[in-house]
Amino acid sequence: MSLTLRKPELHDSASLPDIPAPEGSGMPTYTIRSKRRADGADAGALLEVSMGPQHPSTHGVFRMDVVLDGERVVKLKPVFGYLHRNHEKIGESTTYLGSMPYTDRLDYFCSLTNNWAYALAVEKLAGLQPPPRAEYIRIITAELTRLQNHASLVGFLLQDMGAMGTPLMYAFRERERILDLFESLTGARMMCNYMRFGGCRCDLPPGWLEQASQVVNDFPRFLDELEALLSENEILLSRTQGVGVLSRELAVNASITGPMLRASGVNYDIRKVDKYGLYDRFAFRVPLGEHGDVYDRYMIRILEMRESLKILQSALQDIPEGPIMDPKAKLRGFRPKPGEVYGRIEAPKGELGFYLISDGSPQPYRYRVRPPSFINLTILEDMCLGHHVADVVIILGSVDIVMGEVDR
Amino acid sequence: MSAPLPGQGIIKGLAETARNFVGSYLKEDRLVTVQYPEERVPQKEAARNFPFLVYDGDDWQKGLRCVACLICEKECPPQCIYIVKDTARKPDYTGKLQFQPKVFDIDTSVCMSCQICVEVCPFDAIKMDVEYELSTGDRFGSLLMRKAQLAKPNEYYRQIHPTEAAEVDARLGAEKSRAEAKAKAAASPKSAGCGV
Amino acid sequence: METLDQIKARIEAAVTAASVQIVPNANPEGQSSLLVDNPHALATARFLREDAALRLDYASNVNGVDWLDAVIQEKRKVKQVIEGVEREIEQTTELKKPGYLEAVYHLYSMELKHGPLILRLRTGNRTDNTRVPSLTPVWRGAEFQEREAYDLYGIVFDGHPDLRRILMWDEFKDFPMRKDYAEPDDYEYEPTPHDELLEKARRHYPAEGGA
Repeated sequence: MSLTLRKPELHDSASLPDIPAPEGSGMPTYTIRSKRRADGADAGALLEVSMGPQHPSTHGVFRMDVVLDGERVVKLKPVFGYLHRNHEKIGESTTYLGSMPYTDRLDYFCSLTNNWAYALAVEKLAGLQPPPRAEYIRIITAELTRLQNHASLVGFLLQDMGAMGTPLMYAFRERERILDLFESLTGARMMCNYMRFGGCRCDLPPGWLEQASQVVNDFPRFLDELEALLSENEILLSRTQGVGVLSRELAVNASITGPMLRASGVNYDIRKVDKYGLYDRFAFRVPLGEHGDVYDRYMIRILEMRESLKILQSALQDIPEGPIMDPKAKLRGFRPKPGEVYGRIEAPKGELGFYLISDGSPQPYRYRVRPPSFINLTILEDMCLGHHVADVVIILGSVDIVMGEVDR
Repeated sequence: MSAPLPGQGIIKGLAETARNFVGSYLKEDRLVTVQYPEERVPQKEAARNFPFLVYDGDDWQKGLRCVACLICEKECPPQCIYIVKDTARKPDYTGKLQFQPKVFDIDTSVCMSCQICVEVCPFDAIKMDVEYELSTGDRFGSLLMRKAQLAKPNEYYRQIHPTEAAEVDARLGAEKSRAEAKAKAAASPKSAGCGV
Repeated sequence: METLDQIKARIEAAVTAASVQIVPNANPEGQSSLLVDNPHALATARFLREDAALRLDYASNVNGVDWLDAVIQEKRKVKQVIEGVEREIEQTTELKKPGYLEAVYHLYSMELKHGPLILRLRTGNRTDNTRVPSLTPVWRGAEFQEREAYDLYGIVFDGHPDLRRILMWDEFKDFPMRKDYAEPDDYEYEPTPHDELLEKARRHYPAEGGA
């Protein structure tokens, strides 16, 4: 049998598109012009650089069209869509259960929180209520996910700064232990596919709680090591303090969520606001930053890791016995009644929401993912203007994007 | 608190790195690199990779638990399972007449190991394998696993997932003994109660 | 937060000539939404953000929805005189519901920590009248999401500072998320095709004829 694979079409090489300077909406206006010396001679033009899509520091296939005046950024336009798989359209032709493994692949670092957000939305749609043990397991896995996500982020941020892998490998050492926990619980390290509508897929294997407690008890030592390594490091301080400042008003207006928002000083954590999934039983604080620069975002993530450890310690102790699935839940032939719902959780990257419209059939009519990384990129340009090119990489690192979520 | 000395943060960080470096010679948990492929990390019991079909007994064709109900094919999200039902019913190794799949292909280049086929199978016929060293050079042919390749004995299933296999065996054994008891009760001559 | 009826009344009082309707939501746990007419959407959005009791300063989610032209059949029992006898028969009337594109906004308040208020904007139809006003001047967070709704649905947002494709490449022609989007015929070989893919496979590889 001959395989005639179609040759890909060659499009015109995309030159920098003619981007009109945005005017009149409160956003900065810049026109590209060449600099002229006092005597009118040409002193050198502005340089347009395309950073990406293949770039070690852009966190995936992400491109930034940067216009530079020397080393200072004059204009920056993010370009993405390289990983666009049209997950929302696949969701319209797959059953509700069949979309669950696809949600793993949105923010591929944090598959369990993606699963939870989707399960939450569908449970609201179908009127299902998970039992307490399932909610505790969900909280434990979500906070473990948050730990490994923030640890990896600190590692990647330092990697982008040129630390040549040391903090990254320390973070990954801890992340491996958490991924081992996920593997023994769900069967897979990253693409977990664990939450179901009405509870969890399977119960905790024997000994899992002890292993998890061991990991949680060892984690503060790792955090202390990481802070000793990094938090007072003069190179880190001088590269991150005052860089990429985001004001409170702009953060709220630009729909920024997650640690980025809290680093700018806005007290909005969906775990406290919506109180979904038994979070109101746990005592944890919400760290807030003052300056909204990269250093604040880094410190917020360290502090959030410490707060997650508190939640984990009490959850691992207090987890009740009982069933893990709502008895009304159905695996096959699941047809929620018509209606629409918006369910959201505090994912490690921000607010992850699912907007579902059901028309009574086994497939959703409209399946929408509200991606935090995509929306947090709105003010990337505002944060980078006036900074050096090297700072752009650090600011992008502190936004914490995963292209699977940005492009879906 | 006195002002920090210049370079104090960096020196503290370097001390941390030194501690990790020296510690990797002294303590196990600081040396985390596994020298693959000479060493391999043992997989957890619940680990999963691609599905396989379970057969009871010795004959893989007669003992195959799959009855070609097509539920896994329908529920598979990326639609990587391809089943063609056999027209004739064949007896399985317990003697009961069952449908059999004539063709059962799984395209492992499409399969995303989500385990939904295992969850929805009513006959415990398809389970998750743990083999992960499956690289081939052929993009389509070698990654397409056919029925013969997929069929593996129940003993293998007990080896790779002991707790799950014990639970499945217990359940299937209980069902089988219940069916046998019912058959015996129906076959035995009717006891008193025929009427006057 | 106040009920939808109260909010509707206050919007109509504050923004002259605004016509606001409540779109019911069949799901008991979900919220019903407010449908605002296009000419007054921007003023309504400003009111919602600035009003002291609402302070909806956070546009959490902005997305498009495609509603195709639909035909709804309504059955009614009608009394009619047939052959001199009055009988009750069932009459079916067909209502043609024209399709439209919709932009749905989920609004929350970070200041007062309440929400959501769901706002809907509808286009005239799906073909030539697909313009709605952009709410990016009010909520900057809608910028990328409205671009995505334009890219994937074809909803044109008037007043958007930078309306161009965001996920698809710039020269792409069609709108992928629409319900009547026809995929290009670029079938490549696949060992286990199903349903529509099997049809495509048969067309491209007629010698195969199903394994």
